[in-house]
Amino acid sequence: MGLDFSVIPPFYGTLLLGVLWTIAITAASALLSFFGGILLAVIALYAPAIIRLPVRFIAWLFMGTPLLLQLFLIYFGLVQIGIDLPAFVAGVIGLGFHFAVYNSELIQTAMLAVDKGQMEAARTLGLSRRQALVKVVVPQAVRDVLPPIGNNMIALLKDSALVSVIGVSELTLSAQRAIGQTYRAFEFYAAAAVLYYIINLGMEAVIRWFENRNRLYR
Amino acid sequence: MTETKSFVEIRHAQKSYGTLEVLKDISLNVERGQIVAIIGPSGSGKSTLLRAINDLDPLTGGEVWLDGVQVNKNLPHNQYEKHINQMRQDIGMVFQHFNLFPHLSVRDNVTMAPKLLKKISDKEADKLAEEQLDHVGMLERIDYYPAQLSGGQKQRVAIARALAMKPKLMLFDEATSALDPELVEEVNLVMKKLAQEHMTMIIVTHEMDFAASVCDRVLFMDKGVVVEEGPPEQVFKNPTQERTRNFLRKHLEGAK
Repeated sequence: MGLDFSVIPPFYGTLLLGVLWTIAITAASALLSFFGGILLAVIALYAPAIIRLPVRFIAWLFMGTPLLLQLFLIYFGLVQIGIDLPAFVAGVIGLGFHFAVYNSELIQTAMLAVDKGQMEAARTLGLSRRQALVKVVVPQAVRDVLPPIGNNMIALLKDSALVSVIGVSELTLSAQRAIGQTYRAFEFYAAAAVLYYIINLGMEAVIRWFENRNRLYR
Repeated sequence: MTETKSFVEIRHAQKSYGTLEVLKDISLNVERGQIVAIIGPSGSGKSTLLRAINDLDPLTGGEVWLDGVQVNKNLPHNQYEKHINQMRQDIGMVFQHFNLFPHLSVRDNVTMAPKLLKKISDKEADKLAEEQLDHVGMLERIDYYPAQLSGGQKQRVAIARALAMKPKLMLFDEATSALDPELVEEVNLVMKKLAQEHMTMIIVTHEMDFAASVCDRVLFMDKGVVVEEGPPEQVFKNPTQERTRNFLRKHLEGAK
């Protein structure tokens, strides 16, 4: 049985839908991981111990266990305690929080590196500590770590393939379904790989656009 | 005891870090429109005193009053935060290292606090930015970012940022010490302009000539105490204290 790529065209629709789901879950998870990362960083640095310690414990769980296991736990496990999440939502929560923890590590370091004169200048003008964090410290910290956050987002895109196991019809699962009907594993996995690569190029362009917007600030 | 006579009053200011006493019972009155320079060797406590006025470095003893209101009031934490944020709106501060917000344009540096705290509209904010930047000669750089400016330009924008809150009092913490010599003058000119407009100012400085030319009064501090205080011609020309004479002599030698 040789390779025959002519089996792919009838499944264009299936694969395209997979691409759209992959983009949707990546975009939603990326947003959650970005804003969740900021929130976690602020909590880690400024919240009182009663909030900080439990949050750190959960963050440590997300960091110290396999993402695949987390997805199983959120999708199949939570049902038992009455939380029945749609697969897409479970996937976004799993991917989003997992990468939020990584992003928060970056943002925390960057927040500590923001010159303390920045906080002083903001407080001197009459801003509260919270206003100073929101308007002055966090925006600078986030801009400083955009490139490594971009790397995390690319890792997130690739790891989004894992949500196929909980039944989100993203690109990997779409390819598997096509293979189920045609038994053409190489052709469809190769097609999926090419499509991931193309999505990745698009994502890199978006990240570059964000980074360029901050060029003047350097 | 709560009766105040002067515009700014520092009463028995005391500050220690553990056993190290950096301010020892300092009192100072500044009238409305007066300009006071604080000079002294590094480590004398002059910056600490200045930063105590807006509670950036809280005192461990003593009181600071501005226009009849105590700045460092003894209040429960949450109330105190509200109170001090309100007081700081009336006390502009300019730092040695400018501390402009690098992620914001010059315009936004000036308007961020007024927009947030005084709830002015975008249109009013633009007008305010133009006025204040024109005042310090930086209007043509309104859409630049701090990284695109020279040190002197940055400090002029920092002054405009502080003035945009319409403060009653301006504090300058070695505003020209980090500047290249050729950039000092443009900042001094702005400060002189403020002096002519009768802004009340307290200036920590190493520049004796500038202090002599614009200030009503000079304080010489050393090791946490005010050693000598008086009009500039007296402190610079006829200092009564040995320590003042030594400091001024060393400073003149350093300048040559």
